[in-house]
Amino acid sequence: MTVQTVTPKRRFRGKPRGRELDPATLDSLRRLLGDERKAPERRRRDLLIEHLHVLQDARGHLSLADLRALAAYMNLPMAAVYETATFYAHFDVVHDDQAPPPAITVRVCDSLSCQLAGAAALKAELEAGADPARVRVLRAPCMGRCDMAPVVEVGHRHVSHATREAVEAVVDTGHFHPEAILWQRLEAYRDAGGYRLLADCRAGKVSVERLMETLEAANLRGLGGAGFPTFKKWHFVRAEAGPRYCAINADEGEPGTFKDRHYLEREPHRFLEGALVSAWAVEAEALYIYLRDEYPGLHRVLHAAIAELEAAGLAAPGYIVVRRGAGAYICGEESAMIESLEGKPGKPRHRPPFVAQRGLFDRPTLVNNVETVVWIPTIWARGAAWFADQGRHGRKGLRSFSVSGRVNRPGVHLAPSGITLNELIEEYCGGMAAGHRLAAYLPGGASGGILPASKADIPLDFDTLQAEGCFIGSAAIIVLSDQDDLRAAATNLLAFFADESCGQCTPCRVGTEKMLTLLEGDTWQAGDLERLSRVMMDASICGLGQAAPNPVLGLLRDFRDELAAQNVIVKG
Amino acid sequence: MTNETFTLTLDGAEVSAEPGETLWQVAKRAGETIPHLCFKDAYGYRADGNCRACMVEVEGERALAASCLREARPGMVVRSASSERARTAREGVMELLVADQPDRETGPDRSSHFWDMADALAIDADAVRQWLPQRDARATPTVHHVPDRDASPVHDRSHSAMAVNLDACIECNLCVRACREVQVNDVIGLAHRGAAAKIVFDFDDPMGDSTCVACGECVQACPTGALMPATLVDAAGQGDSAAADRSVDSVCPYCGVGCQLTYHIKDDAILHVSGRDGPSNHNRLCVKGRFGFDYPRHPSRLTTPLIRKPGIPKGLDPAFDPAEPTTHFREASWDEALELAAKGLVDLKAAHGPDALAGFGSAKCSNEEAWLFQKLVRTGFGSNHVDHCTRLCHASSVAALMECIGSGAVTASFMQALEADVVILTGCNPAVNHPVAATFFKQAAKQGTRIIIIDPRGQALGAYAHHTLRFTPGADVALFNAMLNVIVTEELYDAAYIREHTEGFEALKEHVRDMTPEAMAESCGVPAEAIREVAREYATAERAMIFWGMGISQHVHGTDNARCLISLALACGHTGRPGTGLHPLRGQNNVQGASDAGLIPMVLPDYQPVGDAQVRAAFEELWATPLEERPGLTVVEIMDAIAAGTIKGMYILGENPAMSDPDLAHARASLARLEHLVVQDLFVTETAQFADVILPASAWPEKDGSVTNTNRQVQLGRQAVPLPGDARPDWWIIQEIARRFGLDWDYGHPREVFAEMTLGMPSLDHITWERLEREGSVTYPCPADDAPGADVVFGDAFPTASGRAKFSPTLPLPPDEPIDRDYPTVLTTGRQLEHWHTGSMTRRARVLDDLEPEAVASLAPGEMRRLGLAPGDALTITTRRGQITLKTRVDPGMAEGMVFVPFCYAEAAANILTNPALDPDGKIPEFKYAACRLAPAAVEALS
Repeated sequence: MTVQTVTPKRRFRGKPRGRELDPATLDSLRRLLGDERKAPERRRRDLLIEHLHVLQDARGHLSLADLRALAAYMNLPMAAVYETATFYAHFDVVHDDQAPPPAITVRVCDSLSCQLAGAAALKAELEAGADPARVRVLRAPCMGRCDMAPVVEVGHRHVSHATREAVEAVVDTGHFHPEAILWQRLEAYRDAGGYRLLADCRAGKVSVERLMETLEAANLRGLGGAGFPTFKKWHFVRAEAGPRYCAINADEGEPGTFKDRHYLEREPHRFLEGALVSAWAVEAEALYIYLRDEYPGLHRVLHAAIAELEAAGLAAPGYIVVRRGAGAYICGEESAMIESLEGKPGKPRHRPPFVAQRGLFDRPTLVNNVETVVWIPTIWARGAAWFADQGRHGRKGLRSFSVSGRVNRPGVHLAPSGITLNELIEEYCGGMAAGHRLAAYLPGGASGGILPASKADIPLDFDTLQAEGCFIGSAAIIVLSDQDDLRAAATNLLAFFADESCGQCTPCRVGTEKMLTLLEGDTWQAGDLERLSRVMMDASICGLGQAAPNPVLGLLRDFRDELAAQNVIVKG
Repeated sequence: MTNETFTLTLDGAEVSAEPGETLWQVAKRAGETIPHLCFKDAYGYRADGNCRACMVEVEGERALAASCLREARPGMVVRSASSERARTAREGVMELLVADQPDRETGPDRSSHFWDMADALAIDADAVRQWLPQRDARATPTVHHVPDRDASPVHDRSHSAMAVNLDACIECNLCVRACREVQVNDVIGLAHRGAAAKIVFDFDDPMGDSTCVACGECVQACPTGALMPATLVDAAGQGDSAAADRSVDSVCPYCGVGCQLTYHIKDDAILHVSGRDGPSNHNRLCVKGRFGFDYPRHPSRLTTPLIRKPGIPKGLDPAFDPAEPTTHFREASWDEALELAAKGLVDLKAAHGPDALAGFGSAKCSNEEAWLFQKLVRTGFGSNHVDHCTRLCHASSVAALMECIGSGAVTASFMQALEADVVILTGCNPAVNHPVAATFFKQAAKQGTRIIIIDPRGQALGAYAHHTLRFTPGADVALFNAMLNVIVTEELYDAAYIREHTEGFEALKEHVRDMTPEAMAESCGVPAEAIREVAREYATAERAMIFWGMGISQHVHGTDNARCLISLALACGHTGRPGTGLHPLRGQNNVQGASDAGLIPMVLPDYQPVGDAQVRAAFEELWATPLEERPGLTVVEIMDAIAAGTIKGMYILGENPAMSDPDLAHARASLARLEHLVVQDLFVTETAQFADVILPASAWPEKDGSVTNTNRQVQLGRQAVPLPGDARPDWWIIQEIARRFGLDWDYGHPREVFAEMTLGMPSLDHITWERLEREGSVTYPCPADDAPGADVVFGDAFPTASGRAKFSPTLPLPPDEPIDRDYPTVLTTGRQLEHWHTGSMTRRARVLDDLEPEAVASLAPGEMRRLGLAPGDALTITTRRGQITLKTRVDPGMAEGMVFVPFCYAEAAANILTNPALDPDGKIPEFKYAACRLAPAAVEALS
C-alpha cells in the first residue's frame, strides 16, 4: 500500500483537463483499426475488446497513450476503456512509469491437474532459466489441456507434457503461433450428411416444435454445467418479442474441462450446424460465438470454417460473429459473457431479468454451450431414443467427461450419464495411474466440490450429487490419489477463484481472498470456514462465489482424518 | 404488468406494494430500514445490488436476494428481519468489509454511513479481526495480472477540494454511478477485478490531474469516507462528516440553474455543502456550488463602510490592495457613510434633475432587493435609468421573445429535455456554464434524445451529441435561415400548428425562399447537406427543444438570432407540449427574478412597459408616487451618458461594470468621470475603486430572500451565517438610501417586500412567502394556492394581444467589426466552469482559485503552432480598443482563427478588448465577436 500526499497548489493548466490526446497516436491507431470517421461502426462499444486485442497483438502491450487515443477513437470515457483493459488478464496495460513486458510470454498453467503434474516446480525452473529482458514467466489459469499436464503456452504455442527443455526449445525456435489443427472440412462434413438438418429447418421440412419435442425426449440439457433443458430454454427465448440473438458460450474455463475444445478441434462444422439450428430456432438476428483466448488455434479453425460456410452460401456474411475472450474465467458465466460481448468487464448481471428475456444488447438471447449444440444434429439424425437410452443407473443420455489427474488414460471420454467414478476409471481411463490409490475426486471441476474414494460409486449426472453438496457441472473429473496434498489442492482452488473473481460483490471479492488466507494457515477453524462459506453461498451474485466454498466444505465433511495425517489441524 | 397496488408477505405480515417497487422500499414503508451500503436511497441512483448487505430470503429461491434490486411481486413471501439466513449474510458481509476498514477513530470518516450500518448490525470490529485475516496479511498478490505500482496511491490529496482515502473504499461503486450515471462526468471507474478492484480516475491518475470537474457528487455518494470534502479530513487523514454543528437549507448563488443545497456550518462558518433534492438539481451541484463558499470569509471582505480619502484620484491603481483599502479609503460609521452616499445623489438630482442619476441593480441579489432597488430609482431618483447585467447577457433574447411570443421567460424547463426526442443546444456551453442543467442533457442523450450542438466552438457535451455543426463565428442568422429554408421548401413545417397559433408565416416563407443551405453554406462554413440533415432532424422530431446561451444573444444581431430560433420552433410546432419549447439558459442565479422585478429601464415589474399609462397608473397607485413615462437608459447607454456629461451620479449595487462592460477603457473613464458614485458590494471590486462611498453588503448565505431560476422556479434562500463585522443586508442598505431620498419605507424583513411584489406582479399569483418556506420552490405561472406551477407554458395560447405568436423574418448581417488584414482573428469571450462572472467571488474562493488561478487564452492547436507558442507561453491580444497579455492554453475544441478569453481576470481583463457595438433591439454588446490580432509575448510581460 502506497501513501502519497501531494499538497494542493495553484496550478496553471496549459491544456484541457486530464491526459492529453496525441494526434500522432490517434493516426497510428487509425492505421491499425481503420478510420472511424469513415466507418463509424468501428466506434461500436461492443468492439472495445476486439480493438484492445488488435493493439495488444500489434504492440505487445497497451500503453496509456494508445488507450487515450482509443478512448477518443471510440468516444468512450477513459475510465470505461481502462476498466475493460485492466479486467482481463491477457491485456498488459503499461503505465508511463512501468516498463513494457519482454517480447516473449511464457504462461505456465496452474490449474489443479497441472499442479498435480508438477507445474509449480516447472514454473520455478523456467523462471530461474529465463532472461527477464527477453522472457517473462507467468502463471495462468486452466488452459483446457488437462489430459496433457503440465501445460505451458509460449506466445500462442502450447507445449503439452511440458518440461523445461521442451519449453526452452520452443522459446529458441521463435515459432509462437498456435499448433496446426486437423479438422473436418465442410466438404467432408457434408459428405457425411452434415448441414442436412439446417437445410431441412430452413426449408420448413423440420418445424421448431418437432425439433424441440425431439430434444425434450432426448433429455438434452445444458452441458456447460447448469443442466437446464435445452428445449425449455428455446421456448423461453421464443416467447420474448424480437429482435433476438443467439450466443454460443465457448469460454470453457472451468478447471479440468476440455470437452468443448475436443469437439471444436475435430468437428467444427458439426458445432456450427448445431449453433445455426439454435439461432434459427429463436429467429436470431445474429449468432455470436464467444471463444476463450486460451484456444488461439481454434480461432483460426472457426474463422476458416465460417468462411467456408459463407462461401457455400450456408450463412450470410457477417451473420456469425466470433468474439475473442481475453483471459477471464468469469466470462463462462452467461451474463458475464454477454457483458464481455458488449465490450465491458465480464461482471455477471443480476437475475431477474434472465438473459432469455434481456441478454445481448438488452435483447432476448439464447445462450448455449458448445457441446450442447454439437449434439443437436446427431440427436436429430439418430433419434431421441438413441441418445436417451445410453444412460446408466437409471440416468439418460451421454456425457463427455473430461478426465484428468491420477488415471492412466486421461482425456475426453464419452460415457453414459450416470456412470460412477469407479466405472469411469476402470472402463474408460485404464485404471488409476501406477502407484496411485484413489483418495478423492472433483466431480465438476474447481467448483463442483470434492468427494472421497468412499463415494466413488455414486452415479455421475445432473441432480445426483446434491445430497453430497456437489454437482457435476461440465463433467470435469479430476482424480486425486493418496499421494496428493489436500491443503495444496484446496488453496489451489481458492487461489483460482480469488484470482478470477470479478470483484463485483463483497462475499466473493473479499470472501474468496479471506478464505484463501484462512486455508493457508496450519490450523483450520471449521466454524469460521463454515460461516464464511454460508455467507458466500447465500449472498454471492453468481455461481463463482456461491460455489467457491464447495471444495472446502467437502474437505471439512469427508477428509478430517486425511487432513490430520497431512498436518492440517481442523478445529471445531 | 398491472398498475395496481398489490400485496405480499413480509416477515409474516401482509404488506402492500406499488408496481416497480423494490423489496427494500416495501420494507422501508413497513418500518424496517434494511442495512445497505451500495444502495443510495436518493433520486437518480440505480440500485446495483453489489454489496450484499441488504439480503432477504424469498420463499422458493435457492440463494438470497438483494432487496435493493429485487422488485416486489404479488404474493411473494419474503423474510427479512425474521430470517436467520439473511441476518447471517448481512452480518457476514459487514464483517468481511469491517476487517479491512481503517480504525473508526483514525479513519477518514468516523461518522460514515458505513459505521452506522455496522452499528445497526452490532458488529464489533475488534472481534471481527480476531477471526478474519486482513488483506494486508497476504504476502502474494491475490489477482496475478495486476502489477503493483507505486504511483497508484491509496491516499490521494492531489485535488484541492476532495480527499481520496482508498483504504476505506469498499468498492461499492456508488462513486462510479455518481460520476458516470448521475452527473455523467465520466471520470471515475472501477478498474481491475477481484481483490485488486480499485476506484480510479481516468487511467488511475491522481484525482487532481484527471478530467475531474470537481462536481463532488462522488463525495456526496460515498458511504465510507473514501471520498471526502477536503475540509473534513485533517492532514493525518482523520475526518468526520458530522463535524458541523448545524445545517441550513438554501439555494445556490451562482448560475441560473438554481440548485437547492444545504450549508453545513461549524462555528458560524460554512464547513461544507451538500446538494438537496430541488426540482432543477435533484441533489446535484457543481464545483462552484459545492466548493465555492469560503469567499464571504476572505480576508479582503468589506466589513466597514468606506469613504474615499480626499485627493485620491478615481481609477484603478495597480498598487491598490482590496484587503488593505485604507490606503485609498477611510473607514466610516454607517450613519456618516449613508448620509454622504445619499446626499451626493440627492444634491445632484436637485441641481441637474432626475436624469443626472442612474442605478445598476444586481442579478446576484434577491427578488426583494431587485424590487426595492428599481423602486428606489423610479420613486426616489425619479427616472427609469435602472438596469443590470441582463443587458449584457440575454437582453436580446428577451426582446425577441417579448416581440414574438409576448413573454420573456422560458416556455419550458430544462428538465423537459428528458422528454424531448431532439434537443438543439446553440451558443451555449452548459457543461461549463450550467453544469447541473448539462447533467439533464447528458442523461437525456443516454436515454436516446438526439442532441444537436450548433456552435463555433467544440465542447464537452460534444461526446453526447448526435450532430455537431461548428459554424463560422457570426454566421448564426445565415445558418438558421438556411434551416428555415429547408423546413419551408421540404414542407416539414406543422401547418395545423401554424394555422392555429401563429401569424406571419406566409411572409417568412417568402422571406427565406432564397436562403438555401447551398447559398448559405460558404458563409456558415458548414456543408449544405449537414444543414439539411439538422433541419430535418429538428423538424421531423415528435418533440424538440431549443436551448441557447450568450453565443446567441451577445451579438449585434443577437435579437435576430433569437427571432430565428423562435421561428424554427413555431414553424415546427415545437412549443407548448412536454418535451418542446424555447429555453434561453439564464446566466445569473437571479437574472430571471431581477428582470421580472423590473430592474430594466423600459419596463416596470412583469415587463409592463413604462410608456403604458394604464400600467403606470397602477404602480403610481401602489407606490403612491408619480412615475416617469420615458424609458430609461441601458447599461452601455448609461456609460455613454456619463461620458457625455448627462449622468453625473450613480448607485451601483453588486455590479462590476469596470470589469463586465465592453471596451473597459471607455467604461472606466466614464466611471472616473462620475461626480458621485456609491458602490455596494462584498469587496472593493474594480468598480468600487472608482467609488466615493463603499457600502459593505451581504453575501448570499448571510441573508434571507427569494430568487427565480432559469426554469421560472421561485426558490428561497435562507440566512446561514451571521454578517461579518458591520456588513449589512442589501435590502436594509437600499432602504436606508431610500429614506434619505425622503421615501417613507419601513420594511422589517424581505417577506414584507415579497408581499408588496405580489400586488404588482401577476406572475407571482398564488405564490406567497409562506408557501416558499413550506415548499422551497414554486414555479410560475401557478394556477392555484395548492397546485404546482406550469413547467411548460403556452399550450393553448400566447400572451400576445391576438393570442398568437409572430414570425419575425431576419436578414444575415455581418458582425459589427469583421476580421480584416490588421485584425485577422476572432476574439470571443465568456466564462469558465470555476469562475463566476467578473471573478469577485470565485477568485476569492480557495478551491476555485486553485483550480483556475491565472488568466488564460484558449487557442486551437494549429493556431498555437502558427504562433510558435507552447502551452503556457504568453500571448498578447490586441484589438482596436486595447491589449492584454496572458498565458495560453491549447484547446482542441477551439476553431482555428479564433481565441477565447474568460472575462473574470482583472489582471488581463478581456473586456479591455471587446467591442461596445450594440444590438439595436436588445442593446446588448457584441461580446462574442471582436477582430483582434495575436502575438507571442515575453513571460515578463504578464501582469
